Amino acid sequence: MNGVHDMGGMQNMGPVQPEKNEPVFHERWEGRVLALMLASGAWRKWNIDAMRCAIESIAPAEYLRMSYYEKWLAALRELLVKRGLVTRAEIESGIPEACSPKVTPPLSAETVPQAIARGNPVSRDVPAAARFKVGQRVRGRNIHPTGHTRLPRYARGKLGTVERDHGVFVFPDTNAHFLGEKPQHLYSVRFAARELWGEQAAPRDAVYVNLWDDHLEPA
Amino acid sequence: MHDPAHAQEPHQKNDHEHDHSLVPSDPALRVKSLESLLVEKGLVDPAALDALIDTYEHKIGPRNGAQVVARAWVDAAFKKRLLANGTAAIGELGFGGRGGDYLQVVENTPSVHNLIVCTLCSCYPWAVLGLPPIWYKSAAYRSRAVIDPRGVLREFGLELPKETEIRIWDSTAELRYLVLPERPAGSDKLSEDDLAALVTRDAMIGVAKVTLAKPEGRP
Repeated sequence: MNGVHDMGGMQNMGPVQPEKNEPVFHERWEGRVLALMLASGAWRKWNIDAMRCAIESIAPAEYLRMSYYEKWLAALRELLVKRGLVTRAEIESGIPEACSPKVTPPLSAETVPQAIARGNPVSRDVPAAARFKVGQRVRGRNIHPTGHTRLPRYARGKLGTVERDHGVFVFPDTNAHFLGEKPQHLYSVRFAARELWGEQAAPRDAVYVNLWDDHLEPA
Repeated sequence: MHDPAHAQEPHQKNDHEHDHSLVPSDPALRVKSLESLLVEKGLVDPAALDALIDTYEHKIGPRNGAQVVARAWVDAAFKKRLLANGTAAIGELGFGGRGGDYLQVVENTPSVHNLIVCTLCSCYPWAVLGLPPIWYKSAAYRSRAVIDPRGVLREFGLELPKETEIRIWDSTAELRYLVLPERPAGSDKLSEDDLAALVTRDAMIGVAKVTLAKPEGRP
């Protein structure tokens, strides 16, 4: 989706403002949102790509206004309803419906360390032929899907070089929509800054983007 | 109901129809309401939430990454393994899992400077740096890091020579980056632990260099 989340190359967003001695969470509720997202994710009713897609689906003005954890909260509410863990009425009232069965959470305090250590492995041990070789010149495809994609706008139509083949990974563009993992090769593609931004960029600078087979075409 | 600006937050459109105590707009109240709903339905365990928050407040943070960097500075064989396979070498120190299932370490040299960003969301190497600071998640940083890295670095007080090659790594996949900063001159006699104490979070993102000055107040 050509959404406002796809920010690479945008201007006029103001200066970067680092905060001294920044706490991990600024408000208690921020930590609760993070934890609720991770603990709810343990039901495996969605994947990380669907989560990102839910955040990107926030309307642009809201997306820019909201803090990071406000976006997480909005996305979590949507995911919980859309994936059937709670009903819209329950979200709005904060109270379980009368017929709601009480279930057992998949994540307990004891299993948190294991769950974090297990992580979110998205490489796949399946045979998939690499469409590109290290050193090959490639072009970011000129595609504009209305759904989720990890191909940033600034790389579309641009020439780059395959620097590394990371092996076979889940393809987020389909996985986000529960349309299958479509495992394929993931590459590190080097784009010269001048190819992306023209003469204003320094001659030796480069942007490296992780892109999948379906994002690229031979140059 | 069809105002797209509120497509994600239908309750906001209906505030006037509801009891406000049931439809809190303050994020803290909304999170409280959501948590109580999920706990009551048995979808999440409050003790698991506490354990998750404790993990990211106290256990997983930039000190992890600093240990990796210091080890690489004192152990050439480790550094070689680290640059060849970041995931495996960092795993030797016991770090990995969520937000670090796949790690690539990029080395700063006198001629090359690396900078990490996620233009599409806020992907960050949680396993070695903990949760990201607000500026890393800000529109200002996400938009400009790729098109104006020198301008962004200047805002952090880092001016690089124009001959330096800046490599910007846009984290578009589940592969996360860690910058291996240059070891500061004059640090030959320092122990691995003393070296680790000099390494800041910002240096491992690539917006600062490591210096011999005690990093007080500097993340």
